[in-house]
Amino acid sequence: MHELSIAMSIVEVAEEEAERRGVQIDAVHLRLGALSGVVKEALLSCYEMVCEGTLLQGSRLMVEEIPAVVFCSGCNAERALNSIQLFCCPECGTPCAEIVCGKELEVVALEIRECAPNVCMNNPV
Amino acid sequence: MRTERMYEQPRLIEVRKNVLKQNDVVARSLRDRFRAAGVFVVSLVSSPGSGKTAFLERTLTLLRPKYRVAALVGDLATENDALRLARSQAPVKQITTGTLCHLEAAMVQSALEGWDLNQLDFLFLENVGNLVCPSSYDLGEDLRLVLISVTEGEDKPLKYPTIFHSADVAVVTKMDLAAAVEFNWEAAYGNIQAVRPGMAVLKLSAKSGEGMDEYLGYLAARLADLRQATTV
Repeated sequence: MHELSIAMSIVEVAEEEAERRGVQIDAVHLRLGALSGVVKEALLSCYEMVCEGTLLQGSRLMVEEIPAVVFCSGCNAERALNSIQLFCCPECGTPCAEIVCGKELEVVALEIRECAPNVCMNNPV
Repeated sequence: MRTERMYEQPRLIEVRKNVLKQNDVVARSLRDRFRAAGVFVVSLVSSPGSGKTAFLERTLTLLRPKYRVAALVGDLATENDALRLARSQAPVKQITTGTLCHLEAAMVQSALEGWDLNQLDFLFLENVGNLVCPSSYDLGEDLRLVLISVTEGEDKPLKYPTIFHSADVAVVTKMDLAAAVEFNWEAAYGNIQAVRPGMAVLKLSAKSGEGMDEYLGYLAARLADLRQATTV
């Protein structure tokens, strides 16, 4: 259950951007890989909790789930795994160790609104 | 309450920031320090009770006549593991994480304060017993071992595939109990290969000593490689 630590890191990253740009953040877009070791549902509830009392209060966390994709040397192609319990090509059965994507845990975009002068920094919410 | 009128229409901006950037930055600086000091750093992850501490105590005891070794050991609470490991005569420090279920690079960094890494050949980092959370955090180590004991059942890799992807080598421990618990080596090995094709697997018993030579030989070879790479 390290989703709380992860949620805190997400809020830190987003707050830093909000302060630097002087904007209000409505939503944080996150790419979350199937191999990231982070559970989406747990992360969403932690996020809400962590946001309270910060510049991110009331913002949404939009999670884009990224499937595990491997490179299959048998097919010479990228293949999405059916299950992360079996790293074999779903087409030809070749064991595949090379991960193309699925480890992502990154903030990729923010939905922002510019603040009116003199309002944002002193009274963000 | 938000004063909606004061804001313009929302728009989307791209940022691309790794969520664990802060940990990764510290881990990178640790790795640089380890490299400069020529110390080979090994971390251990496993579920609670799979024998990390017994394995580490044996490792430290066997390496100590030939190498300068030390360990940091992470637990939620108690100094018990550090006291056990201290029997090996090696320098050992406990990191108590409080409620945190994993070690982070910054904890390793502060635990190492005052240590002269130049005086070490091997440094071991024993993570909190947990097969989930430690997988996300780089600690700056050169080698991450994931331990599974024969008493845990053969399907641990299938239940926790992510940790097998964050580790470099799998170690099956408590092989002295394999017959008693009817451990199926082929099934366990097959499951490891299913979640991580090609992963190196060692089997050993810290208690009987079976398999320890091969493992220690592997560590010695890795240290030699490291020293050669840094002196070239």
